[in-house]
Amino acid sequence: MQKKTAYSFPDEILEHVFSFIHSGKDRNAASVVCKSWYEIERWCRRKIFVGNCYAVSPTMVIRRFPDIRSIELKGKPHFADFNLVPDGWGGYVLPWISEMAGAYPWLEEIRLKRMVVTDESLELVAKSFTNLQVLVLFSCEGFSTDGLAAIAASCKNLRELDLRDSEVDDLSGHWLNHFPDTYTSLVSLNISCLGSDDVSFSALERLVGRCPNLRRLLLNREVPLDKIANLLSRAPQLIEFGTGTYAAELRSDVYSNLAEAFCNCKELKCLSGFWDAVPAYLPVIYSVCSRLTSLNLSYAPIQNPDLTKLVSQCPSLQRMLVLDYIEDSGLEVLASSCKDLQELRVFPSDPFGEEPNVSLTEKGLVAVSSGCPKLQSVLYFCRQMSNAALVTIAQNCPNFTRFRLCLLDPKIADYRTLQPLDVGFGAIVEHCKDLRRLSLSGLLTDRVFEYIGMHAKKLEMLSVAFAGESDLALHHVLSGCESLRKLEIMNCPFGDKALLANAAKLETMRSLWMSSCSVSLGACKMLGQKMPRLNIEVMDEKGPPDSRAESDPVDKLYIYRSVAGPRFDMPPFVWTMDEDFASELS
Amino acid sequence: MENSVAYEKATELRLGLPGIDEPAVLSSVKNNKRSLHDEKSGENGKSAQNETAPPSKAQIVGWPPVQSYRKNNFQQAKKSESECGGIYVKVSMDGAPYLRKIDLKVYKGYPELLQVLENMFKFTIGDYSEREGYKGSDYEPTYEDKDGDWMLVGDVPWEMFIRSCKRLRIMKGSEARGLSCSGV
Repeated sequence: MQKKTAYSFPDEILEHVFSFIHSGKDRNAASVVCKSWYEIERWCRRKIFVGNCYAVSPTMVIRRFPDIRSIELKGKPHFADFNLVPDGWGGYVLPWISEMAGAYPWLEEIRLKRMVVTDESLELVAKSFTNLQVLVLFSCEGFSTDGLAAIAASCKNLRELDLRDSEVDDLSGHWLNHFPDTYTSLVSLNISCLGSDDVSFSALERLVGRCPNLRRLLLNREVPLDKIANLLSRAPQLIEFGTGTYAAELRSDVYSNLAEAFCNCKELKCLSGFWDAVPAYLPVIYSVCSRLTSLNLSYAPIQNPDLTKLVSQCPSLQRMLVLDYIEDSGLEVLASSCKDLQELRVFPSDPFGEEPNVSLTEKGLVAVSSGCPKLQSVLYFCRQMSNAALVTIAQNCPNFTRFRLCLLDPKIADYRTLQPLDVGFGAIVEHCKDLRRLSLSGLLTDRVFEYIGMHAKKLEMLSVAFAGESDLALHHVLSGCESLRKLEIMNCPFGDKALLANAAKLETMRSLWMSSCSVSLGACKMLGQKMPRLNIEVMDEKGPPDSRAESDPVDKLYIYRSVAGPRFDMPPFVWTMDEDFASELS
Repeated sequence: MENSVAYEKATELRLGLPGIDEPAVLSSVKNNKRSLHDEKSGENGKSAQNETAPPSKAQIVGWPPVQSYRKNNFQQAKKSESECGGIYVKVSMDGAPYLRKIDLKVYKGYPELLQVLENMFKFTIGDYSEREGYKGSDYEPTYEDKDGDWMLVGDVPWEMFIRSCKRLRIMKGSEARGLSCSGV
């Protein structure tokens, strides 16, 4: 084979070629071809994704990539969403902002997920990045509307401000007033998480009125229904809209204004919000329904038949989020009406109730799997399941990429045979060869993990709770799942053996979370000594681990690979098991 | 895949397993800063005959995996939310430099509420009558309801009031009098 030498390609040509490669993975691959490609690539990389903010340091990123325009950072582990990560754990963005302020003055996009963002950080962002166009704070916390005011006042080129699911300290709704009158570039605004009873509505109206490119507007719960029509009439070009509270006394003027406003939004494709929705006002959106591709009713306590009637009018739906009020009957209607459905999420209306309050069972999911050939992504909360149903679902939907089943009673068996649900989930991983994400629940033995290790070759993220009987289960997963990046486990009888036997595997993954399992302190220390490129963090609110025996199980364990070494911003209840820790106790 | 024998050999290091068969059932406390305590269940739960597993009385931390903003959001919508958090509303008084906030849930009725307001802002409210509103003082307690209308405190039953009150304002002077003599 003829060998083409690198010097026949001028750098500019390579750089031009690289400019067509956008995916981080592909760029990473290109960068390890040879030294010159590494060099050229790093100078022209503009976008970077850091899946774990502690895996690398800002200094290292800046050193390698001198001219980044877009950064995405993730902080806390996923189980933080369910209150399993105590306050103060970490995930602070300030060190990143501080260093990037000097290094990346032309930064355009900042996307953060599960990070602690303070007002100080936001003020620094506002001051340092005059060209900021996109700021996404997804499930973040630690800031107030003061920080937002700083952003509004300074970021003249801001197109997108998205605070989805963040916890914001609402000090005043007047932060919206800080957008100058000359500011007209807003394209996307998501303030749905704001709880303030003081979102300055007039400032919002004026802002919406002067931004002709506004395409996405997600309001917070406090915006009353009778203000919506006015707002929509100022932005008929919206593609995505989230209402506030969708409840009010039925008044014909409000009703007709709303209906007209929605009717005039000819490009509206996505609707959400609908807090406290009352059926009386649902028909105002009927004119939009035929065009809707995404509908989020997961905050709406509407029940059948109103709910089903609404759903039946949306034949173009691709994405549906709803409460279990839809019941099996409503899902059957969904299955027959919405042939383009790709994603379904059904949330529990009464997650802690002991008795079922709705008639939502496995039958609903089976119906959708059968009627919707494009179904790829499922999140389903229900109270009963059978292996037979899961097998049917798997056979109906071999294209699943995400399958998350949550049985409210976490160790419930197949309700028909009283067997574990091993076979059912086994069918899912066997038939769905492209499955990237899986969440298990129900009564499960080591068997299901054997199936997962055997078949789930593309699986990247696995969530496990109250499952398995022994370390063999964990071993199957760690040794069999070649693409595994994130593994999170709670309340399973997994201990040291599998972990130690598969220590090397952990370096190929982003992270492993284990809480309320049986991993001993001694094993953690051993891992810490053996694997210098892993951070082994032990969390225990009861006291320092060295006050207990080596064989005592640790409360929470978070292991992640890192080239930055152990972190130094840990709270008192987190300890890193590294060489220092182990040696100082021996 | 590896059979059990190979697996055993692969694990050179043998550390004694603590030998907990049953995963722990944890009791939950509302916020993140909680102390967990384990309860080892006495029996071996591996057999499949139990349909209902952990004792359902204790809420398990992290299960079901519903994000807190969803839980909070939905609890506020539930009609029968007596366990839910307080109903905090801002209270302003004409002429006072800053506002206060009170929890309407804490009070049992109008007399208590009015007493608290009087103490908080150091003034006296007159006597309430359905026909004439508050007589005998320059101040009138008013509130903004869910529809955005300003109403006189005391006209509707207490339960209805706390459900519809968004904020309170203690009006002073002629504006106040206008409200009590048949509203606009």
